[in-house]
Amino acid sequence: MKQKTKLINPLQEIPTTSRRQFLLCSAALGGAALTAAAPARAGTENLSIPAWSKRSGDPVLWHPYGQPSAQQSHVVRRTLPGAPVPGAGASWTPLQNLHGNITPNGLVFERHHAGIPNIDAALHRLVIHGLVKQPLLLTMDDLLRFPAVSRIHFLECSGNTSREWRAPVSNSVQFSHGLLSNCEWTGVRLSTVLDEAGVLPAAQWLLAEGADAAGVSRSIPLAKAFEDALLVYAQNGEMLRPEQGYPLRLLLPGWEGNMSIKWLRRLKVADKPFFARNETSKYTDLLPDGTSRIFSFGMDAKSVITYPSPDHKLRDKGFYEISGLAWTGQGRIKRVDVSTDGGKSWREARLDGVVLDRALTRFRIDWQWDGGPATLQSRAIDETGYVQPTLQQLIAKRGLNSAYHNNAIQSWAVAADGSIKNVHV
Amino acid sequence: MSMFKVVKSLMVMCALVNLPAHAGVYGLGKPISEHAVAAWNIDINPAGDGLPSGSGSVAQGQPIYAAKCASCHGAKGEGKPADVLVGGIGSLKNDKPLKTVGSFWPYAAPIYDFIYRAMPYNEPQSLSATEVYAVTAYLLFLNGIVPAETTLDAKSLPLVQMPNRNGFVSDVRPDVVNMPCLKCY
Repeated sequence: MKQKTKLINPLQEIPTTSRRQFLLCSAALGGAALTAAAPARAGTENLSIPAWSKRSGDPVLWHPYGQPSAQQSHVVRRTLPGAPVPGAGASWTPLQNLHGNITPNGLVFERHHAGIPNIDAALHRLVIHGLVKQPLLLTMDDLLRFPAVSRIHFLECSGNTSREWRAPVSNSVQFSHGLLSNCEWTGVRLSTVLDEAGVLPAAQWLLAEGADAAGVSRSIPLAKAFEDALLVYAQNGEMLRPEQGYPLRLLLPGWEGNMSIKWLRRLKVADKPFFARNETSKYTDLLPDGTSRIFSFGMDAKSVITYPSPDHKLRDKGFYEISGLAWTGQGRIKRVDVSTDGGKSWREARLDGVVLDRALTRFRIDWQWDGGPATLQSRAIDETGYVQPTLQQLIAKRGLNSAYHNNAIQSWAVAADGSIKNVHV
Repeated sequence: MSMFKVVKSLMVMCALVNLPAHAGVYGLGKPISEHAVAAWNIDINPAGDGLPSGSGSVAQGQPIYAAKCASCHGAKGEGKPADVLVGGIGSLKNDKPLKTVGSFWPYAAPIYDFIYRAMPYNEPQSLSATEVYAVTAYLLFLNGIVPAETTLDAKSLPLVQMPNRNGFVSDVRPDVVNMPCLKCY
């Protein structure tokens, strides 16, 4: 009898180290949901029937659109003080609270230069002109009639992680890496629409311009326009959110987010770039010799551990799955390595699911925390062989004032009390 | 070619003949003339293509700047809350470089482009050509790039030499090489 009882209790048959289950509790921004459960092994209380099981719940259409559980109300975009004027700012995606690869539409980061325009899609127009056989005026109805494609791609502001060059200032992955999102985008290939107007042989560049009050404009090499650029009207299955460019935006896979012009109203085909404000005064990379890189379009391979990260606190030693995101503007992620000793030794992480071209890739790796100090890092390698660099390597080449394109390896220091801090090693 | 294929080709050709007037494959969208696009055609490149007629002087620009720009950019372009517009020439190699219209912008004509399209922040595309030329002239004067008696127009603005004209270089990334070592002692 005794022996039988023992056999049906599996917890007694597995090694001590993995038997114990520990919880992450949340720090400032963390989740109440994670702390709600009691340790599985506490188990001395008899189960009672909770109130929600003893009455019928809300009917269908409790909210016609739907919304997250009220207990997830802490999972929101956040902003920082310092926007010069209202509307010229950013909000960051709460990567510390997200799972998998797709960013929910309500949490996709924002960066606006003069606020979110309130556009009537029925009145919105896209003009294609300049070096074309036939300038065209397109309505949204026109654009929705073209053959469409859906593609999953990340979007990252080239200013993501720009606050981290001199010191580890963001004590949350939301603020260190949250100008980053990943959506399924649906629209028409830009090449399809350009062919409709007929691009002339002298054409080399394209000016894309938004209908917002800043009229944000960028010059785009025509080769990119024909290679893989999309005119997007939907994200994650629904029409674009206003803050993502409703009703129409450009999407340039793998290139800095600023170029994927929102509220797109005009495409002008030209033989030369325009040297617009957002490709000279901004979004150029100042080097120590006083020169600046211009037209630095691509986003290089980068990764970050999102769990555990400073918004979390490890409650006790034992098993954790370290998890994070890796991405590259140069194609697919090939490998992600994780270090728990500040970069002295590395182990290869699992890449979860299908690794897509220029999309966020979730990586995971098992970790037994021994309860001592540890420094967690991740290092992405893309299919070109490029290895995510250290901050010191970037600074050695670019100095401290290049602002954009900081794709350095991120370090999170775990203290013996389980708290986690952003550090430079 | 089989008769079926010939008929099919003819059908395709007929379908194309029935499309609207423009050259496209799908026949979607309406042809529009460059003339009709004019109100939206606001980009100005370094050569000054797109600059309108009219002109504005440093003297004209001073009161316009005071009335419409100074509240965000400071009485003399010193910034706060919005960008610093004046100064910093020669500072780009410093530990704390000051990037302004004067110290950083490579070309003068795109200054007109940005002021007209996006400024004043609360009232973009509201300034007349005279006002934009004048404010541009005043900003260039504050930066010591043009003299006080300057008047700018479509001919003269693109000829203004900006101090950082040769300060931009092409993107040479990948510029760093990290090793994917598993033991990095």
